[in-house]
Amino acid sequence: MKTKTIKVDYLARVEGEGALFVKIKDNAVSEVKFRIFEPPRFFEAFLRGRHYSEAPDITARICGICPIAYQMSSVHAMEDAFGVTLNGGLRALRRLLYCGEWIESHVLHVYLLHAPDFLGYEDAIQMAKDHPAAVQRGLQLKKIGNDLVTLLGGREIHPINVRVGGFYKAPERAELEKLAEKLKWARDAALATIEWSATLDYPDFEQDYEFVALRHPEEYPFNEGRLVSNKGLDIAVRDYENHFVEEHMQHSNALHSLLRARGAYFVGPLARYNLNFDRLTPLAQEAALSAGLGRECRNPFKSIIVRSVETLYACEEALRLIAAYEKPASPAVSLHARAGIGYGCTEAPRGILYHRYRLDDRGMIHDAKIVPPTSQNQKTIESDLRRFVAGHLDLSHEQLTWQCEQAIRNYDPCISCATHFLKLEVVRE
Amino acid sequence: MADAITKKQASVARSKPKLAVWKFSSCDGCQLSLLDCEEELLAVAGAVEIANFPEASRTVVKGPYDLSLVEGSITTPHDAERIHQVRRVSKHLVTIGACATAGGIQALRNFKDVREFIAVVYATPSYIETLNKSTPIADHVFVDFELRGCPINKLQLVEVISAILNHRKPNVPRYSVCLECKRRATVCVMVAQGVPCLGPVTQAGCGALCPAYDRGCYACFGPKETPNTESLSTRWAQMGVSQTGLVRAFRGFNAYAEAFRKESEAHEGRLAGA
Ligand code: SF4
Ligand code: SF4
Repeated sequence: MKTKTIKVDYLARVEGEGALFVKIKDNAVSEVKFRIFEPPRFFEAFLRGRHYSEAPDITARICGICPIAYQMSSVHAMEDAFGVTLNGGLRALRRLLYCGEWIESHVLHVYLLHAPDFLGYEDAIQMAKDHPAAVQRGLQLKKIGNDLVTLLGGREIHPINVRVGGFYKAPERAELEKLAEKLKWARDAALATIEWSATLDYPDFEQDYEFVALRHPEEYPFNEGRLVSNKGLDIAVRDYENHFVEEHMQHSNALHSLLRARGAYFVGPLARYNLNFDRLTPLAQEAALSAGLGRECRNPFKSIIVRSVETLYACEEALRLIAAYEKPASPAVSLHARAGIGYGCTEAPRGILYHRYRLDDRGMIHDAKIVPPTSQNQKTIESDLRRFVAGHLDLSHEQLTWQCEQAIRNYDPCISCATHFLKLEVVRE
Repeated sequence: MADAITKKQASVARSKPKLAVWKFSSCDGCQLSLLDCEEELLAVAGAVEIANFPEASRTVVKGPYDLSLVEGSITTPHDAERIHQVRRVSKHLVTIGACATAGGIQALRNFKDVREFIAVVYATPSYIETLNKSTPIADHVFVDFELRGCPINKLQLVEVISAILNHRKPNVPRYSVCLECKRRATVCVMVAQGVPCLGPVTQAGCGALCPAYDRGCYACFGPKETPNTESLSTRWAQMGVSQTGLVRAFRGFNAYAEAFRKESEAHEGRLAGA
């Protein structure tokens, strides 16, 4: 009996702490564990007894890479509990803020975390020596996403301007228009990014996934919509827990989320793209097709192209929102706390992020449930690894290790949010 | 010839100071600040050798390191040991952010029974290994400099890196957010709008962001040097903030920083006494 182990103790270029363990016995994969050893931070526990208005500032701290997503899911859930819906300028500003986060986060992943895998560099700084123009383009593009978040939120990490009911302060039209010039450059840079990413080498690896994403009647989804899948799921956000369940596995500090009916599922850019292609702008659709993506894409390695397409979408959407912007009369709607349960689900850059809060009539939180995208993808990441390793047993130890890491980075896992770091270990028996 | 050049380049690379970034319990936001220095990033990368920075690179260059940046707080027995190893391989050790300097938001457990927290979040509590408290790095090892903020200010980070590597004292003021408000000519939100604000007891560094956005400061940069928390609490109480409200105000991202911890405990004590 021959056993072999591939072991990466500390997976790089992901957010948070995790490990991968793969065991190969007699030329077959016998065990795969994607382990998250990020220490738990207990957000759901200490949200109990806090006031609803504190939730956006507190939940933002779950993840420094996508704080807006946490703020958006929490404010929508609270407003759901109070029976309030935001319209007009305030709704537009929230969408605009999400555009900023998508640009900044997608570009960070595309250029600094994922592209080095395809080109064989340990990191983007080494990649910059041979591909200076690409890395510079990435850094500038990312900065424009950050500029947008900073203008609307005050700073790029853990913005201070988001509140339940709207914002503390709404920006002037003129301030936004200044950014529009930069966003036009960003739109071109995003187009160039799609073309560039399409030239990378992709392993042949397609699976029959169940993709889950929000779907909105008119828009490419950010904050609102029904939860749908390519295998028949079509539910309101408030029914989430009737269809999804979390399991606690011994090998991981993050809970694994499953579809009660069918098990593993896939959230994130690839899922959104496949379920909402028709809601992309014509330019984004065209760019995606000419990059060879097809109307549907089942190869997770190509998520880097999809992220680039969504970056283009976010630039275009931001420009549209700025052109139509009218400063709202008040930065927030007035709210009356009432007892009840509120549900919120928004599209974080990495996929759907579900929040549920139970509140009393003074607006104090009695309990909270938060399901981040990485928990939801964890099972799918493990099944990808199982299949990928099975199909590539001929690779050298080093190559296989690197490609396993890459297969995980396809998902841009944010382990800080699933609770936070990754570790890879492959045993060959 | 080609060989000689590579060797020469290699020796230049080796003479650059080695920078390492370490993560403990945190949200990754403070280390991300380094990647958010889009304009300075390649310059920083040119001036130092990034020897260990898992969020950005697979490369791991062996220590010792000239400068270690440490993010996050200590929450597990394993991390309590790991920080000593980090200290041993680091010439200078700088902690970044509220997690590393004050235990972070996860230090809210310090006021409760952590077993109850585990039971709330996890179905099988026995799988979880964690300490009762979340503590700052300086409780475990000697720290050369502490940079406050949740998240830290990236310009202050660049200043601290360059100061430490050039053997000078970082220029990071310990006065209050109020001074930054004055400098920015923001009208005081507490005086003019009656909005409770923690600015008077909070260390500057953010540029007085919240008041500029019409809201009170919630102290994400932690206590300033010698804060008068008691007098601020009296003012808040006059404005109608309850004792529980005061406990919550001081129990934020820097809840376990001494000045804030004491103040929140004083109000909690009054609640229990009442
Ligand atoms: S201090 Fe705040 S921003 Fe920094 S790592 Fe901790 S939670 Fe994140
Ligand atoms: S909470 Fe205070 S310290 Fe933090 S950004 Fe706001 S004003 Fe600055």
